[in-house]
Amino acid sequence: MDEGSVPVAEDPGRRRRVHGMLKLYYGLNEEGKAPEQPESLDPCDINGPHFDPELYLNKLRRECSLTELMDQETCMVRQIRSLDSDMQTLVYENYNKFISATDTIRKMKNDFKKMEDEMDCLSANMAAITEFSARISGTLQDQHAQITKLSGVHTLLRKLQFLFELPARLNKCLELQAYAQAVNTHRRARCVLQQYSHLPSFKGIQDDCHAIMDKLAQELRQKFRDGGSSAKDLSECVELLLQLDEPAEELCDKFLSHARSRLESDLQGLEAEIRPYPSTATKDASAHGLSSATAPGSPTDGSPKNSSLPSPASNTDILEFIDRGCNEFVSSLCLVITSYQELFINHAQKGELASKNIPQMANGKLHAFVDDLAARYFMLVERRIQEEKGVGDNSLLVRALDRFHRRLQAVAKLLPGSAVPNKGTEIVIRAATERVKQYLSALQSFYMDSLTDVRQALATPRLSVAGTSVAGPASGRDAPTSLPELLSSLSASILNQIKSVLASVHLFTAKDITFSNKPYFKGEFCSQGVRESLVVSFIKFVCQSSRQFCETAGDKGGSTPPALLLLLSRLCLDYETSTISYILTLTDEQFLVQHHSPVTPVTTLCAEAREAAQKLLNHYVKVQGLIISQMLRKSVETRDWVNTIEPRNVRAVMKRVVEDTTSIDVQVGLLYEEGVRKAHSSDSSKRTFSVYSSSRQQARYAASYTPSAPMDTNLLSNIHKLFSERIDIFSSVEFNKVSVMTGIIKISLKTFLECVRLRTFGRYGLQQIQVDCHYLQMYLWRFVSDENLVHFLLDEIVGSAAHRCLDPAPMEQSVIEVICERG
Amino acid sequence: MEDDAPVIYGLEFQARALTAQTAETDAVRFLVGTQSLKFDNQIHIIDFDDENNIINKNVLLHQAGEIWHIGASPADKAVLTTCYNKTSDSRVVSCAAVWRMPSDWETGNHESPDESAHNPQTLELLCHLDDSTHGNAACVLWEPMGDGKRMISLADNHALLWDLQESSTQATVSSTATLEGKGQLKFTSGKWSPHHNCSQLATANDTAIRGWDLRTMSQIYCIENAHGQLVRDLDFNPNRQYYLASCGDDCKVKFWDVRSVQEPVKTLEEHSHWVWSVRYNHSHDQLVLTASSDSRLILSNMVSISSEPFGHLVDDEELSEGEELHQEDK
Repeated sequence: MDEGSVPVAEDPGRRRRVHGMLKLYYGLNEEGKAPEQPESLDPCDINGPHFDPELYLNKLRRECSLTELMDQETCMVRQIRSLDSDMQTLVYENYNKFISATDTIRKMKNDFKKMEDEMDCLSANMAAITEFSARISGTLQDQHAQITKLSGVHTLLRKLQFLFELPARLNKCLELQAYAQAVNTHRRARCVLQQYSHLPSFKGIQDDCHAIMDKLAQELRQKFRDGGSSAKDLSECVELLLQLDEPAEELCDKFLSHARSRLESDLQGLEAEIRPYPSTATKDASAHGLSSATAPGSPTDGSPKNSSLPSPASNTDILEFIDRGCNEFVSSLCLVITSYQELFINHAQKGELASKNIPQMANGKLHAFVDDLAARYFMLVERRIQEEKGVGDNSLLVRALDRFHRRLQAVAKLLPGSAVPNKGTEIVIRAATERVKQYLSALQSFYMDSLTDVRQALATPRLSVAGTSVAGPASGRDAPTSLPELLSSLSASILNQIKSVLASVHLFTAKDITFSNKPYFKGEFCSQGVRESLVVSFIKFVCQSSRQFCETAGDKGGSTPPALLLLLSRLCLDYETSTISYILTLTDEQFLVQHHSPVTPVTTLCAEAREAAQKLLNHYVKVQGLIISQMLRKSVETRDWVNTIEPRNVRAVMKRVVEDTTSIDVQVGLLYEEGVRKAHSSDSSKRTFSVYSSSRQQARYAASYTPSAPMDTNLLSNIHKLFSERIDIFSSVEFNKVSVMTGIIKISLKTFLECVRLRTFGRYGLQQIQVDCHYLQMYLWRFVSDENLVHFLLDEIVGSAAHRCLDPAPMEQSVIEVICERG
Repeated sequence: MEDDAPVIYGLEFQARALTAQTAETDAVRFLVGTQSLKFDNQIHIIDFDDENNIINKNVLLHQAGEIWHIGASPADKAVLTTCYNKTSDSRVVSCAAVWRMPSDWETGNHESPDESAHNPQTLELLCHLDDSTHGNAACVLWEPMGDGKRMISLADNHALLWDLQESSTQATVSSTATLEGKGQLKFTSGKWSPHHNCSQLATANDTAIRGWDLRTMSQIYCIENAHGQLVRDLDFNPNRQYYLASCGDDCKVKFWDVRSVQEPVKTLEEHSHWVWSVRYNHSHDQLVLTASSDSRLILSNMVSISSEPFGHLVDDEELSEGEELHQEDK
């Protein structure tokens, strides 16, 4: 009957079920389950509110079988019975609770009544006490007022007495020099006296007091001014004076000016060390005398050290100077700053004076003071640093700078906002850059000096070369052996110098140096300072000075010895191939250069060096070529070729040319590799003999002799030659011996050719030229890369001479050979 | 010119002397003197017709000797001077002379050019510039833009100022200047300045360039070591009176301001061998032509030091390898 419709039927506990049943009965629902009877309108729902027993019964009767009805009935009966028993239990339980609750309420009612009574009694008592108290105070009031008045009078009297005794007391304090007590006492009385100053008696006291205090102040000031007193005394003094309403500004000024005088004497001591510092060592004695003479006059303690240490250098070195500056000036400055801050800033901040803006004012004054003095100190230091011109020992300077910088950190700590340490750092930076510059110029002058040495070394053996080479080309080989040695020693000494300079400069960035941590020394100094303005500049200088050799010598006709040009060219070439990258790598490694800013790349420098090397070598070729050209030109121009005699010998000038060429060849061979040349024909010397009988030559001669052909039949071939066989005479050469020699010989022979073309020859003139050219042919082919070049040029010369000949009758080839063989 | 075929004119003999005839205003005309030791030398008169791009030539005989220098009178287009070598008795003597071209050289040779080659007319000698006392003549300079009455010859270390009289048949030396110094000094070339009323002369000897005042015949400036080697030629800028171009054996062409001679205004190093001659273009002075024994002619456009530094000519910077008409300079 209740399955599916009774939602609580499955509840486990019996009580639960009872409640459920009851609720059901009363139409209540458990919360949240209210809308669970959609079919509650069904009149057949036995649990629904609209239950109609009649309808239900009819329905049952109609629908169910007998057994079902029977079952239904028993079920219902059972349910009804259980409901009844549940109801009985509930009623019983609740009844007991009601009874106990009623008892409790009754008991409470009784207790409250008793308490009410007691409270009434209490309030009555309190009222009585109040009344009594009022009565007592009323009676005592008169007497109390009187006592108060009396005590007031007493105090006043005591104060008055104090006032009247004040002058005497102050005097006594003054006698005892108990300034602090006096000031304290006076301070207490001052306001009162001020207030009652219109009364004559008080006025008198006040005046007395004033007089005394003035005296006191005077004494204090005197003491302050004397300055000999200890810092503690001084500070007490200042404190008292401040309390005496002495203007703080004035005090600051006084304090500072007093300190200034002391510091200035320090500075003068330092300056005295600079001043008698003539650059010449000869004045050392007098300088030393001067400095030791001034030393006792100065109140510093540097003098004993100065006189007791007659250092070998006689003058104080930079480290000593900086030491002295630090020990005397900087430490005194620090002391002054500390005491000043103690007095005027820290102290004033505590006292009532703080309100008067004294700290700011005092601070401002202090900064100005420190800045001013520091500026002078820096000036001195800079002057001293500037005197450090010698680049010998850098460590001294670095240590001095380090000390200088380190000591300034103390000032920085004491005076946080001050610009002094920054300025100090700037000085260090300036000194460092200055030093780098000095090193650069030292390197440059070293380089120039070594060049001068090389020049001198070249000048001496060159004479011997000239002397020996006359005897024979072979003997020239041993004389100028010094050339490669010179090169290697020059290169090595420059490299060593660079290394030592780098080592010296490296001190600036050593770990234990305080300023090496500064960003400047970490970054810019390494990259811009050392790498760029020292190393790179030096390399550039080398290249540039080399180039200058080419330019200046060019117009003045070779003031530079050619051997030096050759040597420098090789040096620059070596730089290009290895030295530059080595130096730069060395620098980068030593200084751990981090390239923040763009730096000159190695390739640029190498290109520059190569360009310089090329230029030098070209210039060398030109100079040597011109020397030989000059000989040839003079020999052609000064001779009367029309009226010369039949050739018997090769002219001496040609021998000279061959000799010079040979010695140049030796010279170049010492520094440059052989280089490639075109393959010789199996017997080049043989070929040289047959050159003039070549078919082309024959044709030309024929053309020249034949009177029936007034036109030069070779015009077309000449035009052709103009374009096809053109030789660039002053062209660039390669870095090898053959190329260099080719260049020199080209220049010489071309000059020979042009000179021949300007002259007129007789028969024997032409023959002489033939002999000369054959002689040249015999010796020059071996020097050049392409022997055809020599052939061609000599061919041209003989051809031109023949053309310019009045009576062109060439000599027999065999005769020429005989003459040339004979030498 | 770009589109035209090159105009080539071949000479029978080698030649070193070439000049433009400035007195001829109608045609572009050059005079070339040849050098031959064995045959009669010739003067070639070359007219360049730039409209038709052809050349007309005429040949006159110059039998006195091989021509080393030639100069055309600025006033009379029939008059010219030559410096020539004469060989006699195994001696070579340099002489200078004034010549007149035969009046009918133009008409006479028109019918057959072949014939003219065989029977050329001969120059008429007007007078010798007889300077045997002064040495070998290197060159003769006409007074620029003058009336053809004055000229200067450079002989060894003398500069002689000549006056021509009697319709150029008589020449007298009016004044001389002598270069003095150590060794054998010799003028190599010179130029008569067209500025300052034609009162200045520039000469070259060895590596130095000197300026002379013709009124006093005294030196007014000297550029020592103007070139590293011999100075070969000079030319004055036709429009800027103080500007001078020089060239020499150091392969350089230099431009000078004669008021400050310490440094050249500009230096060109285009040639790879001696530069034998340098010439300004007469109307466009930014154009400078140089000839060198590296077989090259170089035409340079030097706008920055011209009289029109912001000029309106937009030419190619260089026209190298222009070896057409000037190969006779070889």
